Amino acid sequence: MAKKYDAGVKEYRETYWMPDYTPKETDILACFKVTPQPGVPREEVAAAVAAESSTGTWTTVWTDLLTDLDYYKGRAYAIEDVPGDDTCFYAFVAYPIDLFEEGSVVNVMTSLVGNVFGFKALRALRLEDIRFPLAYVLTCNGPPQGIQVERDMLNKYGRPLLGCTIKPKLGLSAKNYGRACYEGLRGGLDFTKDDENVNSQPFMRWKHRFDFVMEAIHKAEAETGERKGHYLNVTAPTADEMMKRAEYAKEIGAPIIMHDYLTGGWSANTQLAQWCQDNGMLLHIHRAMHAVLDRNPHHGIHFRVLTKILRLSGGDHLHSGTVVGKLEGDRDATLGWIDIMRDSFVKEDRSRGIFFDQDWGSMPGVLPVASGGIHVWHMPALVNIFGDDSVLQFGGGTLGHPWGNAAGAAANRVAVEACVEARNQGRELEKEGKDILTNAAASSPELKAAMETWKEIKFEFDTVDKLDVSHK
Amino acid sequence: MSDMQDYKSSLGNAESRKFETFSYLPSMDADQIRTQIEFIVSKGWNPSIEHTEPENASGSYWYMWKLPMFGETDVDAILAECEACHQAHPKNHVRLLGLDNYAQCAGASMVIYRGETV
Repeated sequence: MAKKYDAGVKEYRETYWMPDYTPKETDILACFKVTPQPGVPREEVAAAVAAESSTGTWTTVWTDLLTDLDYYKGRAYAIEDVPGDDTCFYAFVAYPIDLFEEGSVVNVMTSLVGNVFGFKALRALRLEDIRFPLAYVLTCNGPPQGIQVERDMLNKYGRPLLGCTIKPKLGLSAKNYGRACYEGLRGGLDFTKDDENVNSQPFMRWKHRFDFVMEAIHKAEAETGERKGHYLNVTAPTADEMMKRAEYAKEIGAPIIMHDYLTGGWSANTQLAQWCQDNGMLLHIHRAMHAVLDRNPHHGIHFRVLTKILRLSGGDHLHSGTVVGKLEGDRDATLGWIDIMRDSFVKEDRSRGIFFDQDWGSMPGVLPVASGGIHVWHMPALVNIFGDDSVLQFGGGTLGHPWGNAAGAAANRVAVEACVEARNQGRELEKEGKDILTNAAASSPELKAAMETWKEIKFEFDTVDKLDVSHK
Repeated sequence: MSDMQDYKSSLGNAESRKFETFSYLPSMDADQIRTQIEFIVSKGWNPSIEHTEPENASGSYWYMWKLPMFGETDVDAILAECEACHQAHPKNHVRLLGLDNYAQCAGASMVIYRGETV
């Protein structure tokens, strides 16, 4: 029988807490870490999160009865303790797939991390993970080319790719900038990279940069006989301007361009990724602003979610953290989101912070990019942690070489090849790293000088955002 | 400045020409080639041999030496084919690949005999 309209405020749990619900294969599932205000029961808070991130509002409205809300509502279906932290708990919410526009991470996230994050009954809220059903994954465009296609395009197999971010970040003229790229590429790098805040400033407008950098690529390719690229940053104030820069990059023969997917926005990113796929271009993705969203253990969006968003929206490279360098990143958690970038199926694994099985079907993978405060002495650990399907990016660790960029690049290239060769021989890289590098340096004065320059540098601060695994 | 070394690479210097993975290391000796073959076999990849005149090394397609050795796990047999290719084309680069048919991509690719670069 049809329901009657009964105005007023109902408890959320009457409608949105469904502990007996079995999620459907097509549901979008989310795990939130919820820190409630004191005195509010867990079930009520979990139900409120489900309601506010789907169909609900604070009061009953008559128009609810014009539809089948029981079909469209989000359902809080489970609650779990957070190991080692009594101030919060995990709430699991299932959303019917029809709540979301196909192929739109923008739409999914507008619901899931929308108004609910400012909800007064919560002291803090963090979106820990999302399970995107394969039915939804297949509506998204995904990475423009994927890992295997990139290897074939660039003719690079059986080793990590090597990059370098040009420094100083800001202030170089286009010609001087191109010089820095050329030196790195001729020394053996596969890529050089625009820093994230290099867009089109008065000291170096984008078109001059693109032209000089392409000259650098062409000369380095002729000199070394290898294929090279530079991530031309097309991040721009408007999507139209972004597309204009991308078109020009293609026109002059650049193999790869770059976008900042959080500051630039997901609509722009998805548009650019689709264009890249249609135009045979690779797309490197930077993640400026991610730490604003993902660093606080109690509030925000975990990076593994931002990783899934990017793989769906589209990108061929994504910065992942280094584990060993100057920036934040717990080792097991990093290994978890590296799998999320590259693998076609990722199993639930709480020891890596992965809350759901994730099936990517045939969607191509994304190469993780390790960048930030790394140098040759980190190479054995990096090759061990990241494996071949990765981009290892040394900025200061290339440009800071006492003999310049070409020597710095050669040092890193020799080091990465020595580590891969040793790994293939069955040697343990992190144990025997010093031996492997020292041996390789015997035939590379550039590597020897690099090892002497950076010998003492270590980064051993503790991570702020650790996995929730230790019980009190 | 006296300690600083010049980076000797130029368009006119043929030694500047590289050929991807392991080309920044000294050329491999027989034992090193053998361990890399063992690695390819251990990964379950199909060994394959290709060669090219050094002046044509930058293209995607080199000449295949026979067909890829599908399912071959005998390291000596693979090594013998590498040597046979090198004997037949002593001036060419000879590269060994491990073809991963699941990824549909080479899992390994390395020049094991170096021709004279131009």
